[in-house]
Order: sequence, then C-alpha cells, then structure tokens
Amino acid sequence: MTYDVIVIGGGHAGTEAAAASARTGVRTLLATHRKDTIGEMSCNPAIGGLGKGHIVKEIDALDGIMARAIDQAGIHFKMLNRSKGAAVRGPRAQADRALYKAAVRTLLEAQDNLEIREAEVTALEFSNGRVCGILTACGQQIAANAVVLTTGTFLRGVIHVGDQQKSGGRVGDAASIILADQIKEFGLTRGRLKTGTPARLDGRTIDWERCEMQFGDNPPEPFSEMTESITNRQIACGITRTTLETHNIISENIRKSAMFSGNISGRGPRYCPSIEDKVVRFSDRESHQIFLEPEGLNDDTVYPNGLSTSLPEDIQESFLRTIPGLETSRIIRFGYAIEYDFIDPRELHPSLQVRKIPGLFLAGQINGTTGYEEAAGQGVVAGLNAARLAMGLPSQEFDRSNSYIGVMISDLTRMGVSEPYRMFTSRAEYRLTLRADNADRRLTAIGRDLGLVSSERYERFCEKNAVLSAARRMCEGAYFTPDEAHERGIPVSKDGVRRSAWTLLAREEVSLSDFADVIPDLASISKPYQELVEIEAKYAVYLDRQQREIDQLASDRTVPIPSGFDYSSVSGLSSELRAKLSALRPRNLAEASEIEGNTPAALVLLAAVLQRAKAS
Amino acid sequence: MSISDTIFGLSTAQGRSGVAVIRVSGPQAIPVIRQLAGQLPEPRMARLSVLRDPDSGDILDRALILFFPGPASFTGEDCAEFHIHGSRAVIAAMLRVLSKREGLRAAAAGEFTSRAFRNGKMSLSEVEALSDLLSAETELQRKVATEGSIRLRTKIGEWRSALIDILALLEAMIDFSDEDDVRLTFDSDVKHEIEALHRELAAFHETSGLAERVRSGFTVAILGPPNAGKSSLLNRLIGRKVALTSPEAGTTRDVIQGLAELDGIPVTFLDTAGLRDQPQSSIEAEGMALGRQAAADADLVLWVNSVDDPQSSPDPRYLNVVSKGDLQPEAIEAISVRTGAGIDSLTELIRERLGLVLTPAMEGALAVTDRQRLLVGRAGKGLQKALSHGYGALDRCAEEVRLAALALEGVIGRVVVDDVLDVIFSKFCIGK
Repeated sequence: MTYDVIVIGGGHAGTEAAAASARTGVRTLLATHRKDTIGEMSCNPAIGGLGKGHIVKEIDALDGIMARAIDQAGIHFKMLNRSKGAAVRGPRAQADRALYKAAVRTLLEAQDNLEIREAEVTALEFSNGRVCGILTACGQQIAANAVVLTTGTFLRGVIHVGDQQKSGGRVGDAASIILADQIKEFGLTRGRLKTGTPARLDGRTIDWERCEMQFGDNPPEPFSEMTESITNRQIACGITRTTLETHNIISENIRKSAMFSGNISGRGPRYCPSIEDKVVRFSDRESHQIFLEPEGLNDDTVYPNGLSTSLPEDIQESFLRTIPGLETSRIIRFGYAIEYDFIDPRELHPSLQVRKIPGLFLAGQINGTTGYEEAAGQGVVAGLNAARLAMGLPSQEFDRSNSYIGVMISDLTRMGVSEPYRMFTSRAEYRLTLRADNADRRLTAIGRDLGLVSSERYERFCEKNAVLSAARRMCEGAYFTPDEAHERGIPVSKDGVRRSAWTLLAREEVSLSDFADVIPDLASISKPYQELVEIEAKYAVYLDRQQREIDQLASDRTVPIPSGFDYSSVSGLSSELRAKLSALRPRNLAEASEIEGNTPAALVLLAAVLQRAKAS
Repeated sequence: MSISDTIFGLSTAQGRSGVAVIRVSGPQAIPVIRQLAGQLPEPRMARLSVLRDPDSGDILDRALILFFPGPASFTGEDCAEFHIHGSRAVIAAMLRVLSKREGLRAAAAGEFTSRAFRNGKMSLSEVEALSDLLSAETELQRKVATEGSIRLRTKIGEWRSALIDILALLEAMIDFSDEDDVRLTFDSDVKHEIEALHRELAAFHETSGLAERVRSGFTVAILGPPNAGKSSLLNRLIGRKVALTSPEAGTTRDVIQGLAELDGIPVTFLDTAGLRDQPQSSIEAEGMALGRQAAADADLVLWVNSVDDPQSSPDPRYLNVVSKGDLQPEAIEAISVRTGAGIDSLTELIRERLGLVLTPAMEGALAVTDRQRLLVGRAGKGLQKALSHGYGALDRCAEEVRLAALALEGVIGRVVVDDVLDVIFSKFCIGK
C-alpha cells in the first residue's frame, strides 16, 4: 500500500494538511485513531477572533476547509474591532460543535485523492535516513514519500485536576506511547507547556435571567468566499461575572490548584490564564467577566469562557455557586489543566519539514502553538509542502509580507516559543496590508499556481477581482479641482492640484457615494464590494511605505549567510546574540534582522563581515 | 572571520609637537614591539625603551611604549602605542620603519574607530560622539561629546519605553478589545501620552538644531560708523590685538576675524570697515560692501557707535552698542574698552541674543548628529499623524507610532513585538 503523503492526526492541523495535500493532486492518507473525532473542537466552541480570523480567511483563500466548515456550523457570528480600522477587524463565530465536526467530515469525504482510515500508528518507518512510511498497531506497513505528524499534546501529556494526575492525550493508548517514545529518540529539542480548560455546564441548569445576553451580528457575515449566506439559526450567549466570594474561595484553596502546587512545570499562555491565575495576579480586581457559550443548537452543554481551572472538583463546585446565574448549575465535566511536551519549532524549516529528518513534517500544537486556527494554518503549509516533496518540487514558503500564516511560521521557526504561541494582529509588521478583507487578493492566485485552489473558486475570485479593478480604474479616472472637491464637502488645500476620486477616497470621511453623480457606473457595484474599494483606497497610501520596507527586506534577503557560517569568528557580537544566531541559523541578512535582540550596529557588522567574506 | 592585517598611524596631530603617539592595532602588534624594542612591556604599563630599526639596527628614538592586549583594548585587537619625540624626522623614520614590516599598513582615516566599532567596542552613537570628541575644540564641545552622549542615550532610552507603553496601549485596544479588563479609550488613555511624547520630541528637535552650531560656532559682525571703536572692541572681546587701531577714521578696510570662546562656544567676531555716506576712495567703498555682506551672513550684528557721536542703527535687529563710555561717565549704558566697563554685560547680551543660555539638560540635545536629529524629527511627525488617526482608524494610528519607533530604531535599537506584549500582559488581565 503506497501513498504520496500520510497525515497522522485528525485535528485541525491534520485535516487541513490532508486536504491541502490532496488538493495538489497527490495520493493522500489521513490516519486517525478514531474517525468520529475528526474536526473535534476540544476546547472552546469558536473559530476566528482577533488575528485568528485573518488566518481563517487565508486558509479559505487557499481553498482550505476551516472557513467553509464554520460557515456551515456557526450559530453566533461577530465581527470584532469593527470600528477600529479595517486592518484589525477580526471575524469570529461560535460553532455548533456537532455541526462543525460533520461539516469537516463531509468536506474531507468529498475531497478527491484523499483516503481516511482509522489506524493506530506505532512508528515512523525510515529508509536511508528519510521517512518512508508508517507502521500501525496491526503490524501493517504503509509507505509514503512524506509524513505529516499532527498529534497535538500526545508527547508526555499529563492531565491535572487538583492534585490528581493522569497521563493525557489519548488516555491509556499504548500505540501513541510507542510512537511518542520513538519521537523522543530523534533528539529534537523539546520544551514543556501547559494549558487549561473550564468545566462544562448543563445549560438547562443555568439561570439565564440573571445574565446579560449578547447577540451576534445581523446579518451574520460568512468567512468563506464560497458561502453565499449563513443559514443556521443564530443564538445569543450570556455574560456573567465572578464575585468577591468566588475570589475568596479560590484564594483560600490556591495551594490545591495544580498550577500552584508545583506539580506543573510547563509554561502557560499569559493571554489565556486560569481563573486562579487571574485572581492571584490581579488581586485588585473584584470581578472577572465570564461568557456562557452554548456548544450547539441541540446541545445543552455550555462552555463558560473565562473559567479555565485546575482546582480540585469540590472547589470547582463551590466557586461556581458564587457566580450569578450559575448558583444551581450542574457540571457535566470538570475543568483541568494539561501539560505536554512540544518540539522546539526552530527544529523546522519554514516548510515545516524537520531539519534533521527529511520527509517528516510537523504541524499544530506539537510545534508549541495554541488555537485551532494556528494549527489549521500550519496544516495547510505542512500538507502542501509534504505533497511538493513527494512530487519532487521545491518547498513553498509563506512570507511575512503576504500573510499571517507567513508571520506565524517565521516567528515559530526563527524565534521559537516560550509560551503557547497565539496569533495577534500586532505580530504582523505589515498589518495594514494583511487584512482579513483582502486575504483572497493576497493568496488565491498564489494558491492557484500551487494547485491548491479549485477552478470554481478561482473563477469566482477572478470575477470579483475584475469588478474591484474596474471600480478602482473608474475612481482613478475621475479628477476634481480643489474647488470642485470643496463643492462636494471635501476640504482639500487650494493648491490648484487636481485629485482623482481614488486619492480623495484615502481621506477618512470620503466614501464612494460622494462620487455617485460623476461615476454613475459605481451604482452597479454591490454594497460589500463598494466597501472593499473604499478600504483599498484608504490603505493604499500605506502600501507604498510598506512596499519600501518590503523591498529593503528583499534586498537584505539577497545577502545570503552561508549555512555553516561560524558566528564565533565574528568578534564584536554580544555573546547572547551570537548564541541566538548560531541556534536560529538565519539564511540571510533579512532573517538575521528579525531576530530578537539584534541591533542595527550588529547588523552593520554582520553585513560588513559577509561582504568581505564574499569578496575574498 | 578575523581581520588579518595590522594597521598603524600617527594618533597625534601632524607636524611638530612635544610628544607624538603612534598607534598599532592588529595581530602584528606584539611582534612589532618585540622587533623594535626587544621586549614586550607589561600590559597597560608604560615602559621606557630604546627603539631600533630592526633591519639596520639604527637607533630611532627613546620612547615610552604601552601594550594593550585584545580584546580589552580600544579597538578590541592587540594594540601598541609608541610615545616618541615629536620631531618631524623621528616621526617620519618611525612610520617608514613600520611600513616595511610584514603585515603592516598605514591606517585609513577613521580605521581605528571602525575596528573598534566592528569589534563591538563602541556603539554607532558612541562612534559618532567620538568623532565629535576628536574634533572638539572648546570645553563645551568636549562636554557635549562626552556627557551629552550619555544624556542622549538616557533620554532616548526613556522615549523608547514611552513609545513601547503607547504601542502597548494601542495594541491592547486592538488585540484585546474583546477582553473585559481592557477598557481603554483613545481619549482618556492614549491621546495625552502621544501628545506629551510628541511635544518632547518636537522640543528636542528644535533645541538640537543648536548642536550643529556648537560644533561650527557662531559669527558676530561688528558694524558701525567710522572711528566708533569697532576694532578696539574686537581686540577686547577676543583678548588680543588682531586689528590695528588708530584715532584716524577708516583705519580698517578689510574684514578682520577674531575667534573667541564665549562660555565654551566658539564665536568668530568680524571687524568691518566703518560705514559713512561718502566713502573717500573706491577701496573704502569696497571695504564697506564687504562689511555689509559680513553683517548679512552673521548670526548677530553689533551696531557700535560712539557716545560722543551717536548714530542710530540702520536695522532694528542689530544689537546697539554705545562705545567710548569713558568720555562721558554719566552715560551708564555705554561701554568702555579702555576701562572695561559694560564689557561683561555686553558678553552676556551677546550670549542671550545668540540663544546660547545653555542648561545642562540641553547638552543631551546638543550631542546629536544631523542623522540622529533627522530621525527624531521624523518620529515626532509620525506621532502627529498618529493623533489624527486616533478615532476610527486605530490600526493606522498604531502604524504611525510603529513607524515613529522605527525611526528611533536607528538610534536606539529594535522595538520588538514581545516588548509590547510584555507590557500588555503585565498591565492587563487578559483571558476569558
């Protein structure tokens, strides 16, 4: 039995990896221990958010599945940061957990070249130092040119509830232990992280009357370019708050928390702390907000977002009683913390192939990230590059200047992680050009060239692009003298310069409707597309500036650093920086400049040394 | 990759001097000392040795030798200093002998400093300050080059953290707007911070224009009717006789320069031909024209007229100086070169008019180079734009702040995302 690519794991990274690999046309196998956990939302039932929503839109631009799945499963859509500028808007939706799983499963099953199989993978098989397939618990060997490993937290995973611990990941699963042991023997640098989850509540036992209700956007805005409209019934979610009494109970029992008892050594995310963390670190706050998110239309489970905890079960029970609306709520499953090993992502090429192990790709939580979207974004890259390796093509890298996916992978593979890595818009230095609204215009043509994008999507994209380009040309062709602009209520300086409608649109207060009389054809453009044209005009001025920075970066990129370059020979670098450069092995000056702690002086020095090395 | 060649150069001024210092830096420093002096001195200990030409055995000089082993030396490499007698012949012989040594070559201009920079012994801003130090002529220039650069670094460090704080607030408003704890608004939390930093940068930019002047100095022209005592005033101000003086009107024909130091600032005074309606000769007419031109180019013009023949200034911007006060003791506003009356207050007035009432706080501002000043100016403008985007376009506001930070980056080092996130996480309780 032979495949081009085998993907191990059916989570968010694995499903995107398998789908991406199959879209490029290579024979792909998705091996998962249980088909019915494919597309499982193991933590909060939501997709998208600030920074994360950008990644979902990018996955969609590359014809991935996450956006289409959430459009089919979403029951509460909200555009975050709507009023803070187009570049930082973050689409987010809460999902019906069951619908989401079903949507992912359906999309995968409809995918050509993709086979899904339940299999316990016990080992990776090697030939001449390269990965050449897998071995299953039934003793079956399956050959492949490349393997993508997306096994989440299965490396030394330990679940903590109070002082109780049990081995986590797939509990008691011998096969995964053998595979984990094999991976440990690869000698890859590992680190330890932790994360937590709140208790799940029975929605029928919550007193919703005591909660503030929050509604989603109306109409809900789909994530995918392929979705016409959202057809699910939309629901509201509740908001309540912790009380002083809650905090007192937590403070009194803080030593019983796994996080504070010293039982956990891994580092947790600062942006998603447990409730006990919040109470300790911000002791001056009297209350913390809790979102009560229903997990489905026909599911009474409620996810209390903001209450992640590893306190013992009885303490979880008693502090819940002190929260308005939850006084009589019933716990379906207790909260817990999970601690696990991750592989230092600096062990990876930007293609997500392990540097030391040709043929093996890693994606998702195993690389130290958190979040479905981050995992899925890596899945696309790993699946694509595994397929390209199988086809004998060079790897495709995503760039910091074209996508959040590129930002994430460059952060991971160059800087490594010290806490679970989550996307923020502030991580993207080209944030103004990497918007959720233009993800398709940034990536769909690239995806088409890579064979990732279907004809149907590409045609739709081209039609949209034609409309937007035509609108832009109309605006660029209509000129106004300062007096004419003033007549339209646009106060430009009276310098005699004629300005195009496009230029005038860059001003905050100007919109397309200001030109409806002189450019009547604009009226034929749909409202959402009109908005896209306006946004593009408003951010175009920054494009030039960012382009200059990108060009500078590109020219730095042409100064290569030899792979075996000996930094210890460059006297004048601080020992800290020298150690970082030696560990991160930047491939060129541009990458070196992105390393934390690098200074302009050190770069000048490095540039000089490289220049001289090149000359001699 | 190491630097293989060894450089040498005369570190003291060209020409005759009491002592001349020749510096050698590079891997050949130790062999060169051994070849010339026979023995290597203790590191960093002066040692008197006879220097010989290793080829001929001829004695070159008796000299003090210092050895600084790398990396604890100015350049970071092995360094030798030969303190020789400063006659042209000795210097020339010494340089000739060194140039014949294997692996040695004459240093290019600034090469010692550039090696120090490349070897991480100095930061870019220190290199810039050092080049000012080397050409510093006056006490204030020296102070500005040393203490000023330290103040500058401190100051810029403060701005860096202020910028990071502002960015953190903006980024918190953007990336954590869905968090209960981040209840920030532009008006109440960010606007004033940006305004305050903007004011500071703008003020710095303004003041630092003076920096160039501290280096190049000021020019003050002395203008006035003939025989008003202009040349005597020049001689008095610079403390020696550079201009001929006589009771005869029209003694000065040319523009005469005299350099003085006014509280550490180099000030060039220009004495000019007296102005009168009817010049006696074409030469005098030409001298008057030169004087007028000098006045037009000067930073300040002193209009000198005698107490016994007062003539009002042709230009209200001129500083009116009534001279020969000794002739009429009751004229208290008049100065007297002869008695020295009023000279100190005149000097004070000149300083004031040149805008040179310096405070220690200004020295930081004065230590900037034009490159640094430009960057600070750009950062200031960026903050102004950031203010205009504060409503409805926080993404663009943050971009302007980020660009301001980038502009300062050339002076202060990179502002990385993690710095910003660190501030956010320490200030706010993030996490639903």
